[in-house]
Amino acid sequence: MRVSPRTTERVAVGVLWVLASITFSVLAFILTYVLVHGLPHVTWTFLTRGPASMGREGGVLPMIVGTFLVAGLAVLIAAPIGVATAVYLTEYTREGRLTATIRFGADCLAGVPSIIFGLFGFVFFAITLKMGLSVLSGSLTLALMVLPTIIRTSEEAIRSVPYAFRDVSYGLGGTRWQTVTHVVLRSALPGISTGIVLSLGRSISETAAVMLTAGSALRLPRSLFDSTRTLALHFYILSREGISMPNAYATASVLIVAILALNLFAYWLMRRFVAKVGR
Amino acid sequence: MRQDRLIGGVLRLVALSAISGLALITVFIFKEGLPIILRVGVFEFFLSSDWDPSLGHFGILSMIGGSVVVTAGATLIGVVFSLGLAIVLTQFSPPGLASALKPAVELLAGIPSVVYGFVGVVTLVPLIRYCFGGPGLSVLAGSIVLGIMILPTITSISIDAIQAVPRSYFEGSIALGATRWQTVTMVQLKAARTGIVAAVILGMGRAIGETMAVIMVAGNALELPHSLLDPVRTLTSNIALEMGYASGDHRQALFATGVTLFVIITLLNIAALAVSRRRTGKTAV
Repeated sequence: MRVSPRTTERVAVGVLWVLASITFSVLAFILTYVLVHGLPHVTWTFLTRGPASMGREGGVLPMIVGTFLVAGLAVLIAAPIGVATAVYLTEYTREGRLTATIRFGADCLAGVPSIIFGLFGFVFFAITLKMGLSVLSGSLTLALMVLPTIIRTSEEAIRSVPYAFRDVSYGLGGTRWQTVTHVVLRSALPGISTGIVLSLGRSISETAAVMLTAGSALRLPRSLFDSTRTLALHFYILSREGISMPNAYATASVLIVAILALNLFAYWLMRRFVAKVGR
Repeated sequence: MRQDRLIGGVLRLVALSAISGLALITVFIFKEGLPIILRVGVFEFFLSSDWDPSLGHFGILSMIGGSVVVTAGATLIGVVFSLGLAIVLTQFSPPGLASALKPAVELLAGIPSVVYGFVGVVTLVPLIRYCFGGPGLSVLAGSIVLGIMILPTITSISIDAIQAVPRSYFEGSIALGATRWQTVTMVQLKAARTGIVAAVILGMGRAIGETMAVIMVAGNALELPHSLLDPVRTLTSNIALEMGYASGDHRQALFATGVTLFVIITLLNIAALAVSRRRTGKTAV
């Protein structure tokens, strides 16, 4: 018996919708599961106290500070380099062997697993450059890791700025640098910011690379050369070593809320960018 | 004009320093890892599954096996769900719904891998233990968790590839009397083939490089797995688990594990780039 194409289509689309629903249910399940178990434990004291007895008691203030220091510094280092690279690739050179090499390098860097960045950061920043397991080693390692993302998103944002904008600027007698800073970068700013915000999110959620480079000290870091423990690593240690399940769930909730907020912010920026450039 | 040339030079320097990071990584990982591979012997290192650092035995075959099996399982799961999702979102859903669901998929990519691992440990692992027996921490658990984690990568690149297929292909096929489904499978997916293959290869790279989630759910046993329910240790887990206390030869052997991983990933990346380059070459015609 031959099945009619219409029937095949109906069955196939049905199966696909089932697959899609499973995917979204899994996403919803992961988020609600952690938040339901964790949010009740996220109290004011949890957010403003240091941990006691290895994290069994107390809060996560040093980890929040550590996360912000490591991830924030990483993005502060990577953003100017990434945006400058994107400007060079789009505005200051013609397509050729050099741009192809730079793009190929960035693509390869994007594919390197975080544990390799961790190994590299450990042997290069922590040992060879004598920075030790510290905020600085961690953030330099993460900066290298998010660099390709920033280059790629900035490049796309700059490319989608209409040529007419540049022509007008040149027509008014602007130099290339004036055109780039006053016209191109200004129009591309929301798109570039989206990439930067997403990189911040990625730095916050990274665990393997910071474990090998920033260490796992429980104290509040006093300087950039102090070891620190990020929220993601604290969560990993709490749950893996079975130190405290309630505190593990609560730490994960803080992490997820931060990531959700950053993603929503990035999404909002992107919408604004699309509305502005009018693709 | 002089100022412009100066700025151009500075920008070029910055751009070159950005990618010199890749060169530095390669040099340092190989410098730390290669000597021990040569000292232990290439055959011994890659083809023995005897890993006992305290006795000076460094064979990583079981971890290579672990990484390959878990990655294969994850890719299988990831591809089925991602392609389904990509097709639904591009072809069979109302535009409003699609534009709401796509950011949700991208959000999946933002969730920290430790959270995936943790939810896997507290829900999936007991479920596997209950349904199939065994320790629960297994190839199967690792594959499922990694499959979910690589889903956003494969989905979003596949969506881009499908959307890049010219609208006229779709219209031509529909005009010939094909159903929507026939058009998707016989025309659009075929035209987007190389993009989708590149997406799958990149997803594989992500799966083989993932660390924390695999440590938590795959069981980390130092043996080649015989069934889907056996616990395994991957190359990445081996590094992350032992780096904290390793020194001397042991630490070098972990770097050598990293070298192995690095080579595998680089080959996958080059394959993905080659495939997507062929695509851009073709559409230009």
